Amino acid sequence: MSNQIPLVEYLVLGDEPHLVANECTACGARYFDRRNACASCFGDSFAKVDIATEGEVRAFTIVTPWMPGTAPYVPAVVDCGGTSVRGNVVNTTPDAEHVTLGMKVRLTTVPFGADTAGTEAIGYGFEPIN
Amino acid sequence: MANEDLWILGINMTKFGKHPDKDVVDLAAEAAMAALADAGVTMADMGVLAAGNLMGAAAGVGQQLQKQIGQTGIPVFNVANACATGATAIRTVIMAIKAGECEMGLAVGVEKLSGAGMLGAGMGVAASDEWTPTGRFGAVSTLEGKTGTDMMPGVFAQVGMEYGHKYGGTSFELFARISEKNHRNSTLNPLAAIQKDMSLEQIMNEPMIAYPNTRAMCSANSDGAAAAVIVSGEKLRTLSAEQRKRAVKISASVLTSDPYEEGCQILPNVNTLTRMAAKQAYELAGIGPEDLDLVELHDCFATAELVHYDNLMLCPEGGAVDFFNSGATWRDGSTPVNVSGGLESKGHPIAATGIANIWEICHHLRGEAGPRQIEGAKVGLAHVIGLGSACGVHILEKSGL
Repeated sequence: MSNQIPLVEYLVLGDEPHLVANECTACGARYFDRRNACASCFGDSFAKVDIATEGEVRAFTIVTPWMPGTAPYVPAVVDCGGTSVRGNVVNTTPDAEHVTLGMKVRLTTVPFGADTAGTEAIGYGFEPIN
Repeated sequence: MANEDLWILGINMTKFGKHPDKDVVDLAAEAAMAALADAGVTMADMGVLAAGNLMGAAAGVGQQLQKQIGQTGIPVFNVANACATGATAIRTVIMAIKAGECEMGLAVGVEKLSGAGMLGAGMGVAASDEWTPTGRFGAVSTLEGKTGTDMMPGVFAQVGMEYGHKYGGTSFELFARISEKNHRNSTLNPLAAIQKDMSLEQIMNEPMIAYPNTRAMCSANSDGAAAAVIVSGEKLRTLSAEQRKRAVKISASVLTSDPYEEGCQILPNVNTLTRMAAKQAYELAGIGPEDLDLVELHDCFATAELVHYDNLMLCPEGGAVDFFNSGATWRDGSTPVNVSGGLESKGHPIAATGIANIWEICHHLRGEAGPRQIEGAKVGLAHVIGLGSACGVHILEKSGL
C-alpha cells in the first residue's frame, strides 16, 4: 500500500484525505480543474484551499449501468461547507430508501486498482454519517 | 430594418424515428425542400444557409445539402451548439437578415441517432500500463462513474432532484406523471417517433435508467430533420396574400449561455440561462408567460420539464410542482406544454429539435395542427437547451397580416 496515486489531482491522500480547490484570490470562486483564468471575475491568480470533508447531499441520481454485471452507482452533488463537490455516494445500498436529499455525508477513499508498477489509484466518494 | 420583426415563411419537420433507408443529407434535403415549398420560394431566393448536424459537426452538412438541393454560392454557416444546434441555426439566419446582409434565409437541423444509446460520456483517457495524470483534473483514469456522471440521464436526473431539494414536493411518481402527459399527447402526433399511450404504472415499471427517470421518461434517440425559411418584414410585404397569411411572426429570438454561478462547473446549471433567455424574450416580444397559448419546452428527461416550468416563469418561483399538479400543462390546461408529445415521445434528433419545436408552435398558430390543434392559438413559446450550455427561446405569434 506504500505506492498510491490519487485518481484526480484535487484529491490529497494521507492520514486525513481531503479535496483541494483552486480558489480565485480576487473573488473566491472555487474550481477543481487546472485553470487559465476565473470564469466569474476573469482574474488569473489562484490559491490552493482545503475543502470541508463533511457535507450535505443536494442532488443525486442512481445510474443503472447498461453493461450486465455492473453495479448501480450514485452520482451526487454534495454541499461541503458552501462549496459544491461532485462524487458518488458510497458504502450504502444504492436505492432511494438509503440515499436521500439532504442526507449528511463525509468524504472517504475508494480504491480503483493497481497499475503494472503496483501503484494503486485511490479515488474518493461520500459515505453516510450515521 | 434592425428593429423590424422577422417572419417564418415556411417550415417543415420530417417524421422522427428510424429512417434506415435515408442518410443525413436525405433527411436534411427532405425537410429543407418541404420548407421551401411551404414558403413558396426556391433556393434561388435564399441569401444565407445555416445548418447543423451535431454528430457530424466536422463534415459540413450545409455544403453537402447544397450539393443535393441547390448550389447558389450563398454563405453557409455550419453550426454546432449541443442540443440547441437547431435553434442556433435559426438564430444565425435571423442575425444575418437583421444585419441587412440578405432578406431571406434557410435554417436546417438534422441528426441520425436511432440506436445511439446514452449520450454524454466524458472523454476517455488513453490507456496506459502505468497510472499517468492527464487532463485538467490530472486524472489517472476515465472518471465516468467514479466521480459522479457526465451521462445525460444522470445529469438531468440530478437537475430535477436538486429542484426537489430546494423547493420540496417532488417524487418519482410526480416526474412519471409528467411523462404520462407527454406520452398521452404523442398519440395525436403522427410525426412522433413513439405514439403510445402509457399508464403511470407502465412508465414507473419501465427499466430505471437514472433514478428517478425510467426509460419512458428519457428522450428517444431518433433520426429526423427540420428546416425553416425566414424572411424580413420588408420582403414579406412584397409576397402574395397567401404567403403573408401563413407567415408566423418571430416576436423574440434569444440565445444565451450559462453565466458563472457557484457549483455550475460541478453540475451544469440549466436554470439561470433559461430564465435569462425567457426574460429577454418576454421583454422583446412585449408578451408575458400568462399570454402563451402553448409551450414546447426541452423535456429531454421528465425531470427537466419540471424545472423549466419555473425557469420559463410559467409559474411563480418554486411553484413548479403545484403548477403541474393543478393540471395547467395538460392539453386542456391554462398553459399546454409539449402537446407534440415532447422529446420523451416525439423523439430527439439533436440538431433538428430546436427547429421542430418551432414547427409545432407554427402548426398551431396557422391552425393546421388537425386533431391536436390548440383552438384559437395566437402566441406560443419554443425552448431548447444544450448542455455546456446553450439555451434558445423563441416567441412566435399568429400572422396579423
